[in-house]
Amino acid sequence: MANYEISDLAEWDNRIRAKAAEFGLDWYPQEFEICDHNGMLGYMAYSGMPSHYPHWSYGKSYEKLKTLYDYGVNGLPYEMVINSNPAIAYLMRDNTLLLQVLTIAHVYGHNDFFKNNFTFKSTRAELTIETFKAHAMRVRRYMEDPSIGVDRIERIMDAAHALSWQCRRNLAIRKVGREEQVERAIIDAQPRLDPFHRLHVRPDFTEPETQKVPLEPDEDVLLFIRDHNPFLAEWEKDLLTIVDEETKYFLPMMETKIMNEGWASYWHKKIVESLELEQGMHIEFIVRHNQVLRPIPGQINPYHLGFKIWEDIYRRHTEPTPEEIKKYGAPSKNGTEKIFETREVERDSSFLRRYLTEELMREMDLFQYEPRGDDLVVDKVSDEEGWKEIKETLIKNVGAGSIPVIKVEDADFGHNRTLYLKHFHDGRDLQLEYAEKTIAFIYRLWGRECVLETTLQGKRSLLCYNDRGFSMRALK
Amino acid sequence: MADTIFREYRPSDAERSDRSAGDRLRHREKVRESIRENIADIIAEESIIGKDKDRVIKVPLRGIKEYRFIYGDNAGGVGQGDGDMRPGQVVGKTGKDGKGKGEGQAGDRPGVDYYETDVTLEELIEIMFEDLELPNLERRALREIASDRSSKRKGYRHAGIRIRLDKRRTARQRVMRIMGSQYRRNGQNGASDEAQQEVEGEEERRHPFHKNDLRYKHLETDTREDSNAAVLCIMDTSGSMDTMKKYLARSFFFLLYQFISTRYRNVEIVFIGHHTEANEVTEEAFFHKGESGGTFISSGYQKALEIIAERYHPSLWNLYAFHCSDGDNFDSDNPAALRTAKELAEICNLFGYGEIKPMGSRYYESSMLNVFRRLEAPNFQAVLIERKEDIWPSFKAFLSKDRIKE
Repeated sequence: MANYEISDLAEWDNRIRAKAAEFGLDWYPQEFEICDHNGMLGYMAYSGMPSHYPHWSYGKSYEKLKTLYDYGVNGLPYEMVINSNPAIAYLMRDNTLLLQVLTIAHVYGHNDFFKNNFTFKSTRAELTIETFKAHAMRVRRYMEDPSIGVDRIERIMDAAHALSWQCRRNLAIRKVGREEQVERAIIDAQPRLDPFHRLHVRPDFTEPETQKVPLEPDEDVLLFIRDHNPFLAEWEKDLLTIVDEETKYFLPMMETKIMNEGWASYWHKKIVESLELEQGMHIEFIVRHNQVLRPIPGQINPYHLGFKIWEDIYRRHTEPTPEEIKKYGAPSKNGTEKIFETREVERDSSFLRRYLTEELMREMDLFQYEPRGDDLVVDKVSDEEGWKEIKETLIKNVGAGSIPVIKVEDADFGHNRTLYLKHFHDGRDLQLEYAEKTIAFIYRLWGRECVLETTLQGKRSLLCYNDRGFSMRALK
Repeated sequence: MADTIFREYRPSDAERSDRSAGDRLRHREKVRESIRENIADIIAEESIIGKDKDRVIKVPLRGIKEYRFIYGDNAGGVGQGDGDMRPGQVVGKTGKDGKGKGEGQAGDRPGVDYYETDVTLEELIEIMFEDLELPNLERRALREIASDRSSKRKGYRHAGIRIRLDKRRTARQRVMRIMGSQYRRNGQNGASDEAQQEVEGEEERRHPFHKNDLRYKHLETDTREDSNAAVLCIMDTSGSMDTMKKYLARSFFFLLYQFISTRYRNVEIVFIGHHTEANEVTEEAFFHKGESGGTFISSGYQKALEIIAERYHPSLWNLYAFHCSDGDNFDSDNPAALRTAKELAEICNLFGYGEIKPMGSRYYESSMLNVFRRLEAPNFQAVLIERKEDIWPSFKAFLSKDRIKE
């Protein structure tokens, strides 16, 4: 049983906050809820949200988590914190006092990150809880509506979930509206200012294409369908909106996993070390800390990788070695300034690109593997020639990089309202079975033929789905 | 800076808020649906036939995967080594489950789904038969015997026998009465009967149990009509029945037995093996022991008739007989077979003949199907089983006979 009272936690929390403030962290008001393992599994299944719309996939997720937990395959996380203002975190009741202290410190790291990192600016943290609650109420209302009902909702929801991640990647970049796109197209079509226009033959003016929908490829597949399929009912459009809003709320988490976990770990270490724990607790702290931050052979532990990079940035800007000064130049900012700035302006891909150094990669022995036959074989290791490519591969796989980029190219392909989508191939093929089933979902929402252009084993191919089902053909 | 809020753990809240219950139920429904859609494939799977009921089997699921666009197998990745990685070293397997891949963020990314679920055989059977439009199996009054009398607790009564006195409830009634009387007294204005007061004063000190306090557990006897069924499995064990044929026969018998078991409370199963003579055998011998020699189908039917006459009188038992053979009967036996078959059809609820001819063999072997075409009984069905995929359809066809009879 737990060896602490709530009042103990509050006391430790005060000390932790004092330290955090001293170190310069800046957070939303924090709320902690103590829960048992069932509660935690429940929160995990619903991504930590106190209220969430119902869908069978969350039941499935719960069952899966519970099975893994019951059989001892996976433990439970020590903590779970959601990006909201006030931030809500769940603590496991059965954890020891030390674990709670560590976790509380860790949570303030996340909280600071949520509040300050640029990717989270689009999430409207003060409305998080209300937004999810409103979504839940809307979906429930549709379910109770006798003219809609669960089955019809699931038809749309299943399809929307399948496509939810096919959305814009960087929400800090404003989405350009159609009018602006048209304007841009017209400006682009104007002949360039030519200083020698008296000498040159006047180039022919080609009229810009302004009728096509979408004018520029659109990554927000769900929203595009919502706005361009006139046969969708209002409630169906609303469901698509709900799923899209939720995805965009979670996208920043995905985009900053390594930074965020590394940042929270970096600060829990600093804070807990500064608390001057008694020896027993301190030893337990070291054990727990190392458990969380241990490298996992053959994989990437985001806690470990992130933590290493943050430490490295701090060190290189505080006490750089002569070689580092020679290689990277003298630091322009001190370590503290640098890390606080970095946590604000980067996300995983840019963070790795800027701060994952060759030396660090060697130290961590990062390697790249590729499939050969049935085996995954090490193909490059972090040596002089290999590290750059490994780094590129890693960057390609973090955050939303793990999701294929697919954009709507044309909503009226062949002038029969066929939806033409294009997969922007970067060397990684789509999993065909999944692609086939997912196109069926697009068809379900679009209601007319859907075509996806992709590259499979080096050949450009078209995957089609229409009222006769799935078909595939090679493109020349 | 606002103060941090700590919300304490409340077991009552935790117990009440099983928030995923609805979604879990819906998921479970989807799983069942998916199993039902693929039931024919699962039945055809060798592994489930003849297993014990509590056994957990893995059932491949289609339909509850959550599909998305994901990358396929040709994508490499990055992992962290142990400090001594060399090119060419094998670090894992490419696999659909994504295991061994160096994906560090499994928690957050839409990954490849698991695609199997565990169900017990019993659950599976239940699902199988719930899909089937069940024939309303006749249960003639005569064939039902009240066999089971069990008592079930049902509520409480003011009267009863001593042994069923519920002390806890009785005590509670007493406390309620005392509290009620005190309330009444305190709330009462004016004087009341003195004698009454005296009695009450006496009682107030002692508070004896009153007759009205007593509570007895009430039991209801639950008489269940019992119904008996006997399944007669008749199989040709002559030399021409090879392992494959026996396997198909066994699958069919398995289904039949399971099905009958869900319909009747008391089911007995009889195995009759025959070549030129018939014997009642054990299950083990029935399926595993091969014999040699020719085939007289009538011998098997004769034996079945004898057993029925001896042990399962048709007025008390619902009888289901099924015969599996490869149809390779001696021609001279055909009239006798037809006659005995007719007799069996008369006394059985259902009588079926399954001709097992693995693909390709039917053209050069003789068939009983032609012979049995002359048997005109409404509850008789002859089916042809060529592959294991045929088992489920033929099983359904067999049961459908019963429905027509209604």
